[in-house]
Amino acid sequence: MFERLSVMLMKEFLQLRRDRWMMFRLIVPLIIQMVVFGYAATFTVHHVATAVLDLDQSQASRSLISHFVATSRFDIVDMAENRKQITSDIVDDRAVVALVINAGFSRNLENGRSAPLQVIIDGTNSNTALIALGYIGQITAQFSSEQEGRPVALRVGSVSPVTGIKLEPLPWFNEGLNERWFFIPGVIGTLTLLQVVSLTAFAVVREREVGTLEQIMVSPIRPFEFILGKTVPFFLIGFGDIALVSAFGILWFHVPFIGSPLVMLAGAALFLMAAVGMGLLLSTFSRTQQQAFALNFFLLNPFFILSGFAFPIAAMPKALQWFTLINPLRYFLVIIRAVFLKGVGVDVLWPQLLALALLAAVMLTISVLRFTKSLD
Amino acid sequence: MNATGDIPAVLAEGLTKKFGNFTAVDHLDLRIEKGQVVGFIGPNGAGKSTTIRMLCGLLMPTAGRASVAGFDVGREPEAVREHIGYMSQKFSLYGDMTVRENLRFFGGIYRVRREDFVERMRFAISMAGLEGRENALVRTLAGGWKQRLALGCAILHRPPVLFLDEPTSGVEPEARRQFWDLIHELAADRVTILVSTHYMDEAEYCNRVALIDRGKLVAMGTPSELRGHRLSGELYELRCAPLGGALKVLAGVPSVIEAAIFGDRLHVVLTDGERNAPELVSILGDHGVQAEAPRRITPSLEDVFVQLVARGTEQRTMT
Repeated sequence: MFERLSVMLMKEFLQLRRDRWMMFRLIVPLIIQMVVFGYAATFTVHHVATAVLDLDQSQASRSLISHFVATSRFDIVDMAENRKQITSDIVDDRAVVALVINAGFSRNLENGRSAPLQVIIDGTNSNTALIALGYIGQITAQFSSEQEGRPVALRVGSVSPVTGIKLEPLPWFNEGLNERWFFIPGVIGTLTLLQVVSLTAFAVVREREVGTLEQIMVSPIRPFEFILGKTVPFFLIGFGDIALVSAFGILWFHVPFIGSPLVMLAGAALFLMAAVGMGLLLSTFSRTQQQAFALNFFLLNPFFILSGFAFPIAAMPKALQWFTLINPLRYFLVIIRAVFLKGVGVDVLWPQLLALALLAAVMLTISVLRFTKSLD
Repeated sequence: MNATGDIPAVLAEGLTKKFGNFTAVDHLDLRIEKGQVVGFIGPNGAGKSTTIRMLCGLLMPTAGRASVAGFDVGREPEAVREHIGYMSQKFSLYGDMTVRENLRFFGGIYRVRREDFVERMRFAISMAGLEGRENALVRTLAGGWKQRLALGCAILHRPPVLFLDEPTSGVEPEARRQFWDLIHELAADRVTILVSTHYMDEAEYCNRVALIDRGKLVAMGTPSELRGHRLSGELYELRCAPLGGALKVLAGVPSVIEAAIFGDRLHVVLTDGERNAPELVSILGDHGVQAEAPRRITPSLEDVFVQLVARGTEQRTMT
């Protein structure tokens, strides 16, 4: 029974090797995307264009402004003269944030009264706005705590007034709250899914389109021999992808890997089985490579968004949360992040591993059943 | 092999295939004895490919049954697959693999025994005329070679029954001729071959010819049987000009059963040639068509098919 499987495998590897661009297509996009994600996919906000209207012109107001300048989070692009100028800065996109310090700011501070700082922020990009607002809160809190001996109550936009409670953040597993540490493991899973699903789907559909599939169907080959022959190479390529991208993340971006490589290997194997299963399933629904491409495009985006890669699943509507249950990426992201950053093992990750195993089994079974040796 | 002398190589009874509302093959009965070369002739969309695909187990029949090499197509599809070779017009070889790699792949898929394989591969290569080009990528080969290699791959496991679905379409005439020589060499080894084609001249190379039209078997017999008995009326050849104008005029003449353009002249089937043939020249002349006196000729297969297909169309439009 291994004879047919081995000639299938030999043929697949031969074709992969013959394809001069294959190695290029396999590796270069991965590296490029890794670099792009590693450097660009960040929620950190730096150098926010800021306009300032200082109507107080006091030592205290200048001190507050210098606190903003000192962080490098905010770049003062305009020291405005009046409110009109501030408004036009925001409307014309010259500034994202405008700080208005009203006259009497320092007097209020000295008298121990509330000294309001007005913050105008461009909410078009709500994410940036929210994060910038957070920084403004931190900076003003820092500023007010420095007004030693004096009672301070600084009100900033919608940020709650500083109270007597002091927050001491103590993040575990990623003390610096380095977003790269969060993103890079996610990128490994996402890129691998993308590549393995599309490669598998295209490889099968290409044979259907060229007509060689018909030639294989009239032979006594068994469906599982064909399917194994078709998927094992891409399964192995997937492993290569994960190894390559992981190594890149660890060596280049210095993401810590403190877990067990064995747990990672087990998770990767199950995840890749689910991925080739998905690719096969996709191929059984496509007659041409164009159809496969469209289907691929249509499916992978939701899988990506509904994976927890960037957007927390717990915040999604219930119906979409249920959908994420059939998303192999969802489970693998949990596994890969946990192995990389937390170093936990099977005792913690077994639900994810089990879910992946189930998904892989279901998808592979359906595609073997759907791959009857007939053209109907 | 369990097929004895009495069992036909291919037997189809009431074979039917529907795609939605469209009936591609309509209660087809077919019996092919061992060692025969049967030509499957018919217009495009007549159901030739669909029939062959059902016989190979590539399509499930909607109704009816078929057996190939003594095995039931519906119940024992894998046994059927072991005993057939199949080649379609698409030359289903891997273009990015060499001649030798393709042969090795198909040999492996059919589990040709190692000790037989070397000899059979050599045979396939020499049959395709590819000695010395074993390491050439298949996509670099010209049509004729590709097609002979595809045939070589299809018979590596020495199947007793061979299905060839328009194997010569798109191949130059010289290569087509060579291909038919190969087919007859295989038939000499008692291989049964069902070959579909839309080249009428190729029908003449077959032991028997089956004409299929709109999913129905219209006629079956040796080429000479079909030529001799199938034509109703008498066939005349008519040199005239312009041909198109003449065709229009003849459509309105009651004694003309059928008229068709054959190259630079017309073939006309008349109910009673003795009486009606001489009038034609004057009838055509009245409509400004120059014509010579019609000449009685023996019908070719093509004449027979043109008439049979046309007759089928008439019956259909009447009902």
